[in-house]
Amino acid sequence: MRQKLKLNYFMEHIVIIGNGIAGVTAARHIRKLSNKPISIISSETDYFFSRTALMYVYMGHMKFEHTQPYENWFWEKNNLALVNGFVKTIDTNTKTLYFKDGQSLSYDKLIIATGSKPNKYGWPGQDLKGVMGMYHKQDLEQLETYAPNNLVCKRAVIVGGGLIGIELAEMLNSRNIPVTFLVRESSFWNGVLPNAESEMINRHIKNHHIDLRLSSNLKEIISDKNGQVKSIIIEETGEEIPCNVVGLTAGVSPNINFIKSSNIETNKGVLVNKYLETNIPDVYAIGDCAEQRKAIGLRRPVEAVWYTGRMMGETLAQTICGHKTPYNPGHWFNSAKFFDIEYQTYGWVFAKPKENHAHFHWKHKDDTKCITIEYHTISNEFIGINNFGIRMRHEVFNTWLNEKRTMDYVINHLSDANFDPEFYKHYEQDILKAYSNQLQIQTIS
Amino acid sequence: MNSQTNQSMSLANPEGTNLSIKQKTAITFGVLGLFIFLLAIFNTNLPNKALFLISSLGLITLGTILYSNNAYLTKPKGIKNDGVFFKSISSRGTLGWITGIILTSFYIVLYFIPQYLGLASNGLPNTGLIALFDPLSKLLSGNPASQWFVYGTLYTLAILVFGYKFMLKYRHNRYEQLRTASVMFFQLGFAFLIPEFMSRLNQSPNYNLPYYDLKSMWPLNYYLFDSWSINGLLSSGSLGLLMLVFGVISIFVVSPILTYKYGKRWYCSWVCGCGALAETAGDSFRQLSSKKLSAWKLERWLIHTVLVFSVIMTTAMIYTYLGKDSSKFWLTQSTFLTSVGVFLTLVFALVMLFKRKELGKDARYGAYGYFIVIAALFIMHYTGTTDEIFLIKASSLRSAYGLYIGSIFSGVIGTGFYPILGNRVWCRFGCPMAAILGFQQRLFSKFRITTNGGQCISCGNCSTYCEMGIDVRAYAQKGENIVRSSCVGCGVCSAVCPRGVLKLENGTLEDRINSNDILLGNDINLIDLIKS
Repeated sequence: MRQKLKLNYFMEHIVIIGNGIAGVTAARHIRKLSNKPISIISSETDYFFSRTALMYVYMGHMKFEHTQPYENWFWEKNNLALVNGFVKTIDTNTKTLYFKDGQSLSYDKLIIATGSKPNKYGWPGQDLKGVMGMYHKQDLEQLETYAPNNLVCKRAVIVGGGLIGIELAEMLNSRNIPVTFLVRESSFWNGVLPNAESEMINRHIKNHHIDLRLSSNLKEIISDKNGQVKSIIIEETGEEIPCNVVGLTAGVSPNINFIKSSNIETNKGVLVNKYLETNIPDVYAIGDCAEQRKAIGLRRPVEAVWYTGRMMGETLAQTICGHKTPYNPGHWFNSAKFFDIEYQTYGWVFAKPKENHAHFHWKHKDDTKCITIEYHTISNEFIGINNFGIRMRHEVFNTWLNEKRTMDYVINHLSDANFDPEFYKHYEQDILKAYSNQLQIQTIS
Repeated sequence: MNSQTNQSMSLANPEGTNLSIKQKTAITFGVLGLFIFLLAIFNTNLPNKALFLISSLGLITLGTILYSNNAYLTKPKGIKNDGVFFKSISSRGTLGWITGIILTSFYIVLYFIPQYLGLASNGLPNTGLIALFDPLSKLLSGNPASQWFVYGTLYTLAILVFGYKFMLKYRHNRYEQLRTASVMFFQLGFAFLIPEFMSRLNQSPNYNLPYYDLKSMWPLNYYLFDSWSINGLLSSGSLGLLMLVFGVISIFVVSPILTYKYGKRWYCSWVCGCGALAETAGDSFRQLSSKKLSAWKLERWLIHTVLVFSVIMTTAMIYTYLGKDSSKFWLTQSTFLTSVGVFLTLVFALVMLFKRKELGKDARYGAYGYFIVIAALFIMHYTGTTDEIFLIKASSLRSAYGLYIGSIFSGVIGTGFYPILGNRVWCRFGCPMAAILGFQQRLFSKFRITTNGGQCISCGNCSTYCEMGIDVRAYAQKGENIVRSSCVGCGVCSAVCPRGVLKLENGTLEDRINSNDILLGNDINLIDLIKS
């Protein structure tokens, strides 16, 4: 599909590769600020959709069209040309993109926003039929083919205990497909979550009848005679688990293979400075595929998160439209949902407290709600919070972090941050009591 | 683009879940209960009507309770939308269409050919389905059943049993539970039992009370100011007068205050009977409402047209009811018309003066509506006689409203089309009461749905499950509060949000409508730059 673009030859042509949240946010903001012609290229789908919502399509909560935040007329109305094509190579000298089908497109400014691809670590059998990641729309279609129900797919094995892995487990579980979940770490996502939280999630996963295998790695995937998955073997125990589908969810990495042959400098991702500029003038990279030459604060150089993709899009639009702006995100925040337990985080909470930091942890007896706050033991400064099963206000924590509030202040004002629906039971008093008890214990000992 | 992964007609059932034995048993009970109705419709001579009525209502209740228990209590608390778009009933599949057709046919028979249900004429005893309900009606009001009694009983039963189901489905969510308990209470007490007891009072010659659901306000109960209704109330002593006064006060005092404090949800999803049915029996269809911009445009035209129609119709009814001689009764035709005109002008002027900005482009349409009503008042004055206005009988205006709006729109389309157009078709496109409350909610209310900073991931669950067809995500992904006249505050968007982004709140009027180009979480300097 090629849409006609109302071209104004006096204006520079902005071409965006990738129609995910980063690319589309950049396009929308450039359109708000200017009339520059904009083309958005994708080979995945014709229209922008919310990647994080793909799981709900498989679970039957939504149809695919519900994941599209804008109606189809939106793009033409805003003079955003959508190009369905796969970019094979970039010639930065002539400012031309070459497509797989032989066509080409020239640009004045290029934004690379191609997102990620699932990691494959060279496991034997990783390219068999029935082995898939869960990232692209095509992965969803694969899953629909190989795991339509529990008659066709008698068991699925998921490899990799991160956010996508647990979502895939929830998806398969919704169709009553038995799931074995291989997690390399000794507890789910404990590289990020403090132990108590990670262990609560372990129990929650098991409550949903998922066969959770901690400290377990994949050794190999065994094929049947048709080149389809038959079983997998666990590295540690040598146990063979028969299955029809294998989900590879051991993280993602920048989707930049097609750039390697160009002059654009890459490492893990496309290398950019704080203005999101690559080494080549007029070429930018944003979202999952961008790698900061110098990490910003405590953030990782590559951040494959919806929110950061959006923020980079917002920022780059300013630069492209003449207000050169560095990418300087505010306080870290994120969210996820682990089966029925919602998770939000504001500021930094590390799996193990940093030096001179401590954790305060409170957990409700029903084992589905807890919070962990990281704070500075000397200055009492509030560093960050993880909240599970209780919703908290982004704005309030953002303000508290700006104002460098103390732990005591935060714990005494927690109810200001509560964002649970009306009539929900509040736990601030419980939390305060637990905090006071902990302080007393510390003073005594 | 091939995105049709759903509504499979293939043998490989995508749900992978067939009904459990317990669910099958539950469905058998329910169907047996309905089968007794069918027997009654075909005039089977059932020996003990009371026993059969109790068994059928009991079986339906038991079936729904058992089914709900098995569907929800066997699973952990949480959002239960798995397979909604795979199930035929909830995704406009064959079952959905069949249900829609049965419901629509039922409404047509109910409104237009009740004799098919066994309604007697000329003092003869009822037959068929209506006769089956005689024992209950006699117990409550002392009278034999009518088609409206049968309908009222089934309506109330549906709200009670599906309300139970809804409460289990949302057993992790106290807002949903309380709201549902509230609509169940108001339906059973105010809409069903109290009117029946009132009609028992009518056995005394001192009372001639019309059917009056105290919670149902004008213009939803458009018949409040019909002459039979006013005559009935006025001839029923101080109780009747009190009820008439209560009716007027609820429109002009109670409702504006509550809507100011809590938004229209205090009525639409906590009290109203139409809302009650939509939220309980209709819950399985909420995802079918259209979220297109074009549907929103249609909605605004339709609902406000109905409002204008209902205002003119009611004014005409009262006008023809009143006399011309002020010595007989202080309120004469011309005083009445003048006061309606003055009241509307006052409302219009105040809104234009203080709320012009919030109204935006809609101000023009508000003005159209206002001028049409004022013009109608003038025409009424010059063409009006004691029973004619606009050169036609006032009563025919009233019957037209009753037929097209009261019966066809609210009943046949509004409820009959649940499985096709979603469960709030009437509330969204037709209800004049919703239009008035919505107008207040948009302009003078503390209510809004707050979005949580930058946390939205644009997944679309909120928009999909909004029964009013509001594209909630469009606001949430901009970090903008949702202040929409149509929002009935059901709270489901907030419930289904996987990232804790939405919260129904009553707050201050300032900054209620906010708009952010750059979401919270990005560079503070950038946010400030965009704001300035």
